[in-house]
Amino acid sequence: MANMCPYGRFTHAVVRGIPETFGKAAGDVRENGETSVELAKAQRQFGCLTGALRQKVGLQLIEIPPDPELPESWRIEDVAVIQGDTALITRPFKQQRRSEMEAVRRVVSELRLTVVEMGAEEGDTGGATLEGSDVLFTGREFFVGISSHTNHRGAEVLADTFRDFAVSTVPVCGGVRLRNICSMGGPDTIIISNSDGAKKTLRMMEQLTDHHYEVLTVPEDSAANCIYIKGPSKVDFLLHRPAEECPDSVSAFQKLQDYTLLPTACSEASKLGASLSSLCLLINRKHTHF
Amino acid sequence: MTTESGADSEAKQPQENKETEKGKAKAAAAAEPTSPQNQPEQLPAAAGHSTPARKEEQEHQEGDQVSHRSSTSRLSRSPLKGVKKTKIMECKVAMLDGSDFTINVEKRAKGQVLFDKICDHLNLLERDYFGITCRDVENQKNWLDPSKELKKQIRTGPWTFGFNVKFYPPDPSQLTEDITRYYLCLQLRDDVVSGRLPCSFATHTVLGSYTVQSELGDYDPEELGSDYISELRFAPNQTKELEEKVMELHKTYKGMTPAEAEIHFLENAKKLSMYGVDLHHAKDSEGVEIMLGVCSSGLLIYRDRLRINRFAWPKILKISYKRNNFYIKIRPGEFEQFESTIGFKLPNHRAAKRLWKVCVEHHTFFRLISPESQPKKFLSLGSKFRYSGRTQAQTRRASSMIIRPAPLFERSTSKRYNMSVSLDGAPIMENHETLMKDSAADGATKISTTGDIITMVTTEKKAEEEKAEQEDARMDETQEPTGTTPLGRDTKYSFIRRVKGENVFIKHSNLMLEDISPPEDMVKHQTNISELKRSFLETGENAPGLTEWEKRLSSSPVRSPREEAPMIEPLELQDTKDEQPAGEDPLEEVEPKATEAAGYLVKYVVDSIATDLATSSGPHGISLSTTMDDDVFMDGTRREVDEVLERSEMKVSPGAVRQEVSQAISDKKGTLIILKEADDKVDAEGKETRAAGDEEEPVVPEEAKAEESEMLSASKEKESISEDASVVVEAKTKMQSPKTEIKTDDMTQIKGTDSPKKAMASWLSEVVKSEVISESTKEVKQTKASDALQQEEEEIFTFEEVQTEQSKSSLSPITVSESSTTSLAVSTLGCVSSSEKGSAEPEGKMGVAMETKAAPAESTGPTGLDVVAVGTKEVPVVHTETKTITYESAEVDTNGDVDHGVLLSAQTITSETTSTTTTTHITKTVKGGISETRIEKRIVITGDTDIDHDQALAQAIKEAKEQHPDMSVTKVVVHKETEITPEEGED
Repeated sequence: MANMCPYGRFTHAVVRGIPETFGKAAGDVRENGETSVELAKAQRQFGCLTGALRQKVGLQLIEIPPDPELPESWRIEDVAVIQGDTALITRPFKQQRRSEMEAVRRVVSELRLTVVEMGAEEGDTGGATLEGSDVLFTGREFFVGISSHTNHRGAEVLADTFRDFAVSTVPVCGGVRLRNICSMGGPDTIIISNSDGAKKTLRMMEQLTDHHYEVLTVPEDSAANCIYIKGPSKVDFLLHRPAEECPDSVSAFQKLQDYTLLPTACSEASKLGASLSSLCLLINRKHTHF
Repeated sequence: MTTESGADSEAKQPQENKETEKGKAKAAAAAEPTSPQNQPEQLPAAAGHSTPARKEEQEHQEGDQVSHRSSTSRLSRSPLKGVKKTKIMECKVAMLDGSDFTINVEKRAKGQVLFDKICDHLNLLERDYFGITCRDVENQKNWLDPSKELKKQIRTGPWTFGFNVKFYPPDPSQLTEDITRYYLCLQLRDDVVSGRLPCSFATHTVLGSYTVQSELGDYDPEELGSDYISELRFAPNQTKELEEKVMELHKTYKGMTPAEAEIHFLENAKKLSMYGVDLHHAKDSEGVEIMLGVCSSGLLIYRDRLRINRFAWPKILKISYKRNNFYIKIRPGEFEQFESTIGFKLPNHRAAKRLWKVCVEHHTFFRLISPESQPKKFLSLGSKFRYSGRTQAQTRRASSMIIRPAPLFERSTSKRYNMSVSLDGAPIMENHETLMKDSAADGATKISTTGDIITMVTTEKKAEEEKAEQEDARMDETQEPTGTTPLGRDTKYSFIRRVKGENVFIKHSNLMLEDISPPEDMVKHQTNISELKRSFLETGENAPGLTEWEKRLSSSPVRSPREEAPMIEPLELQDTKDEQPAGEDPLEEVEPKATEAAGYLVKYVVDSIATDLATSSGPHGISLSTTMDDDVFMDGTRREVDEVLERSEMKVSPGAVRQEVSQAISDKKGTLIILKEADDKVDAEGKETRAAGDEEEPVVPEEAKAEESEMLSASKEKESISEDASVVVEAKTKMQSPKTEIKTDDMTQIKGTDSPKKAMASWLSEVVKSEVISESTKEVKQTKASDALQQEEEEIFTFEEVQTEQSKSSLSPITVSESSTTSLAVSTLGCVSSSEKGSAEPEGKMGVAMETKAAPAESTGPTGLDVVAVGTKEVPVVHTETKTITYESAEVDTNGDVDHGVLLSAQTITSETTSTTTTTHITKTVKGGISETRIEKRIVITGDTDIDHDQALAQAIKEAKEQHPDMSVTKVVVHKETEITPEEGED
């Protein structure tokens, strides 16, 4: 298929800076509990991430400036699902987040991606919600986690947008997002947490897929979200949480042979239920038709 | 359009409806090299419903036009018989290119007749992927059953049909002919344009551009004009933007041939998630609207566009329907205890039946080696319907035999979407070519249930299959030119060659139990004798077919770069001896099944490889499928066959320690038997040879070889060739010089076995000891009735052999660890030998037929399945019949890492009762930090009564499973020897 190539090739990354209102969004309190987030630390960590993407991995980085009005806009992964030359602008669950998409839409249009909207409130997709952090694209197919933030209708829109691919829905348990418990660790590798909920989701994924993936199980949830990128020089990069944040899982990453491991801290964002991949949108502008 | 016409064919005139009246494919293949005759007059292009009178007229026409073809002449004669006037019906078939094809068939003709006529008209040989549809009263598309009469399938309405792709090959690059791909492309274009095959804008663009290239050739604004593109349709909603993008891409394809463009088209299309998915509306148990999609891999459940569940064929135990309900029974999952049945509601009974039929057919086509013979087993309810055509495995096998040069055909611009009128809708046919070697080209494959050889293969489609397939494609390119390289042989390749008798059939039963069998592997198991025979006889022409064959099998999970293209040399006595690459210790497994009373070998392997993908997703339990290759050795036949083949194949099967181990045992037996035969005929000489060879082998294998070569100059060849890790051994035995040939066989065997011997662990040798001894004892018992002295000698000899082997084995216990560090293992997968001595000719004219079946490691894993049967006929009275069944699951690590680990411990426990001997063998190895326990259990049952091996096997497996619930069965070998009455053997 025109759009089908092994997972991991990216040329661009789109990120959005951490605003000073970081952690102040409604609902954050709930996710946050007592813990308070440190803005400066979050910004530092954000800087490290973008630095790694740009300098280590070699992606072109597009940074959308932070907007204090949009305290969650740094979770840019949620607002778009991009595959090939198509970007689906999603409809996040939270009403107040829906204006985050404007800047993103602008950027992806500039990158000459085909922009697909999920549509207005009314109409066919009324009630559809979808967030990018519930979408796992494996290079061969999509898995959409049906979670508190993403519903079946939202998944349908995604399926309608990316017609080449099988789009399977899987349950996500415990109020988390699909990408909190799993991520791609290579063209055919899924990194997944060892929790019971994650295992259940994984079983469903295995049931639904026509393909076979290698599975790298990590003992901690926080470790399950990584960013895998095959760099321009065919180097496998894996951005993962550092040992301080997931002490038991680092050894699992060592099993990935010939990888360049880039420990990247993300402790502040993770306090808000986000993780490494939440902070960036990855795009491949080099399509290869065959 | 251009036609290469045969000597006897007239220049063809373009005409709308070209009638090709021929017999079945068989007749065609039998190759009257006549080209289709064109009708001098055109039939009315769009004849409506014809009146009887007119029909007769048409018949006469036909009769005149094409008189010498059997079916036609029958047609033309029949009305003259008067009594039963055969009504001729005019069928209108919507072809894939959008044209209508009008054809006359007898009213009572079966679907197959129409189908064959259409395929002949299209000049299509790989026809099993296609089928005929007709609309029922609800305007639903139904597939015609080729085995039923047309008129019974069209109750009402006009005789209008559609010619369509029925089974979408998962990897179209494995199709043999461009013409087949072309028709597949046409179907897919229609699927795309109609929206049945949804795709993204980008994919529409790409597919469209290849369509344009294939139909119109290179971009040429002067010739094509600027608007050429809007004449064609690429998408359900075609936009200007799409057309522009298509044109943009089209410009970049300069120089691409139509066939190439179609390959690209298919490479893209096959990856679409809805490729080849046949959707049926249904409701789930809660009344929610869903879609059931039937495809090559199983059953998919969609809600809207979302896939909400999937049941791969191996997970489905049973499919049934009742009224408007459709049920699937699901194998219990890893954590479940019971099987479950899921029901769906279809709109009506007909829909339920239709879905059920499609499931049955897809399952049979894609999953089985050969169609099931009894509908009872898997489909218990209602209909006796079953798929009677060839399976994908069979069709691949058959198409690998296509030896005609690529037919010329016109890619008519697709009329359906194109405003311009094409000159001639009829593709050009070249029927003067020999079509297929497979004379049984017609859909119905004969099935026979009884016989001596039962082959069964279970292989599992693994994660890598797709990859492997791609790999395949890649390898194809490289291999094609080197197809005839004498040495190399890919791991994956396996061949079954049978030369004797016309009666080799394959039967597959026990359907749903198997795990997915990669077609590649299956293919080899179904072999039509005459095909093989021919392919062997026609030396020169063999190459193309085999090349194709090689392609098919080339998908290696291991992808060892060392492996070279396979070589088959049909007629020459040539042994290719393999040598391991430096530092590697090959395990060659020769698995000729010796005469064993009835042995069940059940092997368990704890699958503890954490990274084993298949393990993580595939069903673990034992997976069994049964295929029976029936090979009845009849004396007469045998004598007549003056060419007998012996083929042994070595398989490089890294990671397949299990097989090796289990086969190693049989190795020895095999050797024994061969030797025995040799003994019979060659007498002292042979004995000496054998003895010498055996003695020396363990210590100095080279010497043994030298010995052998002394005896047989031909064997020198072997040595000189012995470079590659892959081996193809073929020997042709001719009746006139039985001795020599036997020797050859002998040598081959010895050679084949020497390294396994080396590789054998001491424990193995122990097992072998006991096994073989008991076997041979049994043998003696059995054969004693046949008072011949020779016979006894044989037995004794065999016994000696055993001893020799024992000592040998004990000499080299260390070898196991050697082999465990090996990354390559060479195994001869199977060998079948039968020797017969005509009692009338005591001085020993004999035919020795050796058959080797090798099971290639499939794309998924090094799995071998071998079935070997030895029909030994001794002098006058007693026949022994040997039956071997190997069941094997492909649960082998797919990583290609052949670190066999370090042997931790091995123990052998033997227990005996009066009629059974059970040897349990437990080995523990450590590889890569993971310990693996293998248990090999060998049960020898002796007795006068018939042993129901199925039952005994089931029992053995069951027991074993109970004893070791945490282990999985990877291989089951059933070996059965019975006495048969002499008459059976002699006629």
